[in-house]
Amino acid sequence: MSHSASAPTTHSPSTKTDQQVAFYDVDGTLVKVNVVHSYAYYVLNHHSIRRKVSGFAKLLASIPAYVATDYYSRKVFNEWFYRNYEGFSEDRLIVVGQEIFEKIIRPSMFPGTIDLIKRSKDAGIKQVLVTGALDVVTRPLAEYLGVDDFGANRLEIVDGHATGRLVGPLLAGPNKSQWIRDYARMHDLNLDICWAYADSFSDLPMLSMVGRPCAVNPDFKLRAAARDFNWPVLSLGHQD
Amino acid sequence: MSEFGSYSNIIYTEADSPARWLAFGEEFIEEHMPVGTRVIFPQPPIAGLANPEAAIRHAINHPENSDPLFALLKPGMKVTIAIDDVSVPLPPMVTPDVRQTMLEIVLGLMADFGVEDIHIIVATAFHRRMTGPEVRRMVGSKIFGEYWPKRLYNLDAEDPEQMTFLGTTEHGEDVEINRRAVESDLVVYLNVNLVPMDGGHKSVAVGLSGYRSLKAHHNPDAIRKSNSYMDPYASELHNSVNRQGEIVEKHCKIFRIETVLNNRMYPSQLDFFFKPEEQWTGLDRTKFQGMKYALSKLPRAARRKVLHSTPAPLELIGVYAGETVAAHKKTIERCFDQYAVKVEGQADILIVGIPHISPYNVYSILNPLLVQVMALGYIHNMYRGKPLLKKGGTLIITHPCYDEFHAEHHPSYIEFFNRLLPETRDAHTLQRRYEKEFAHNPNYIQMYRYGHAYHGVHPFYMWYWGENGRQHVGRVIAAGAESPHVPERLGWEWSPDLSTAIEMAKDSAPGSPEITHLHFPPMMICDVS
Repeated sequence: MSHSASAPTTHSPSTKTDQQVAFYDVDGTLVKVNVVHSYAYYVLNHHSIRRKVSGFAKLLASIPAYVATDYYSRKVFNEWFYRNYEGFSEDRLIVVGQEIFEKIIRPSMFPGTIDLIKRSKDAGIKQVLVTGALDVVTRPLAEYLGVDDFGANRLEIVDGHATGRLVGPLLAGPNKSQWIRDYARMHDLNLDICWAYADSFSDLPMLSMVGRPCAVNPDFKLRAAARDFNWPVLSLGHQD
Repeated sequence: MSEFGSYSNIIYTEADSPARWLAFGEEFIEEHMPVGTRVIFPQPPIAGLANPEAAIRHAINHPENSDPLFALLKPGMKVTIAIDDVSVPLPPMVTPDVRQTMLEIVLGLMADFGVEDIHIIVATAFHRRMTGPEVRRMVGSKIFGEYWPKRLYNLDAEDPEQMTFLGTTEHGEDVEINRRAVESDLVVYLNVNLVPMDGGHKSVAVGLSGYRSLKAHHNPDAIRKSNSYMDPYASELHNSVNRQGEIVEKHCKIFRIETVLNNRMYPSQLDFFFKPEEQWTGLDRTKFQGMKYALSKLPRAARRKVLHSTPAPLELIGVYAGETVAAHKKTIERCFDQYAVKVEGQADILIVGIPHISPYNVYSILNPLLVQVMALGYIHNMYRGKPLLKKGGTLIITHPCYDEFHAEHHPSYIEFFNRLLPETRDAHTLQRRYEKEFAHNPNYIQMYRYGHAYHGVHPFYMWYWGENGRQHVGRVIAAGAESPHVPERLGWEWSPDLSTAIEMAKDSAPGSPEITHLHFPPMMICDVS
């Protein structure tokens, strides 16, 4: 299972397979939460009271800026946000990732997520998550959903501890489409028969890469774009 | 003589005959037919029963080939009531809907007999889920408040937990229907019979079924062998459904109540629509011109809203209950009392206006595939005996043929129209290459189950529904189509107006062709000799 934002950049041309792949954004698409929720969980459950208080205050203070930055650029947002993980040990990151999945992500999964992925697998489509979240959080989610592969961000580790920087290239916004392009080249995929699912207008490049794009629980701008392009619009929240 | 006067169903056009109104999607147009054109008018509405509640009570107490409903009820029993969905009647009728009237009587009776374990299922099969407000309108606020959504809900034919397999007919047709119905001590089906195609075994064996059952008869071969599918006794579609229904009835005790409505689809202010133009008064003409002008000045979306918001004052003209075959036989007879029109001889050129509504776009858009199913499906099949049009003749329809789809209701139609039809229009090829792909498309399944989309495979059914018409009709010309690429993609020709279309049709017709104008709607079924 792949788990890196880095994808092969060279591959000899060959005949494309007829294997279909479904690429899923995660935050807001398959689960309700986003990376801010994940970090909030961590700081609120840290064993150190002092760090808990300071971490929570720091998070509260920074949320408006995060929101503004996310609106401006998901890429800038991610670079800034992941500084919060500076100093985490590698082992600790794995444990925190598992905890975040169990306590935050799994309960926040949209009701239709599992059914969508099951039916897509039943149709012979390979399942791949493409997310700006960290690999330590994405791995347990991928295993839970039974997907075939995932692309996620990785924290840079030096001497067993996170530096707060991400291993480039950052997987977010337009870079997701580059990641998908590289993935397709590596696996000889014909993107015209592949699928992509996302919720945010910032994921438009990712959706535009494939022949079968689909807006899921879309924001206003993506919903409008989906209408313009006649893309299917799914609501995995099952609202009547 | 009815309140609509006395008139012949057949009028031949003379030099001084008035212009005819034709449906043109969300508008109306007026055209003079060529001299000698045969115009076929529907029957005027049969007067409604004076006391529908009493008629329903009488039917369930004096059923066909069955004990009365009350004799089938026992305290503590498990009952499933299934009801038809928003596809009937057309347009949606004024409230109280006849389903509400039936439900109030049936639920009251069940309460009297201590029956409490009751679920009400809207038998949508692969139609779109009805919304809460639509269901409330259909069953009334009291029943809605008491049962929705836990004990009153739409069928979900893609939920494996909801469905159960019953067996296979001797013709190899699988039978899979709703599990709750099978596990119930009694199934009561409340039917609204809009056309003779509906009702009978089709209600349960199709309405409560899913893909495994539907593919047995929703296919090009069954439709090709149906002559026509509005005549249940000459329809391979019905033969297949009846075989499935017999298996269903081995597993379910079914008591059905079938209702027949008249064709009073326009409100009383528009009663002139039921009369030949020759009988219109000055006031009638003024009202028609005013309505036509007002609609023409509205944007299409607003026109659509106005028309879909105008309920039909349809009235109950027959109600039959009991065992499926016996009750349905009487229903069909009563249906034809309203719809049948005797016609001598077929036409070389048939002219029909296509209205804004079909069973598949209530509160929605009549997209190109639905225009197709109206023309080659419903209208072509509105006959018993022989088709109204000669084999190889020309069908002229009037409709704007806009390239518009309702993204929430018909998402897979969009892909079918834009991706598949440019490749092939052959129904067998479409079935072989693409039907399963659309049927199992995870997006379309999600949109069917949790949104309000017709199932992903539904556009195939709409294409198959036009298959016997497609095999029979030589040419179709869409007169007034604003987007020529739409008729072209359907395999049709285009003309800017009706008179041009008639001249085009004459090119391939014999000298002095028999031109017929089917003055539709309201609905009629031609007994062609």
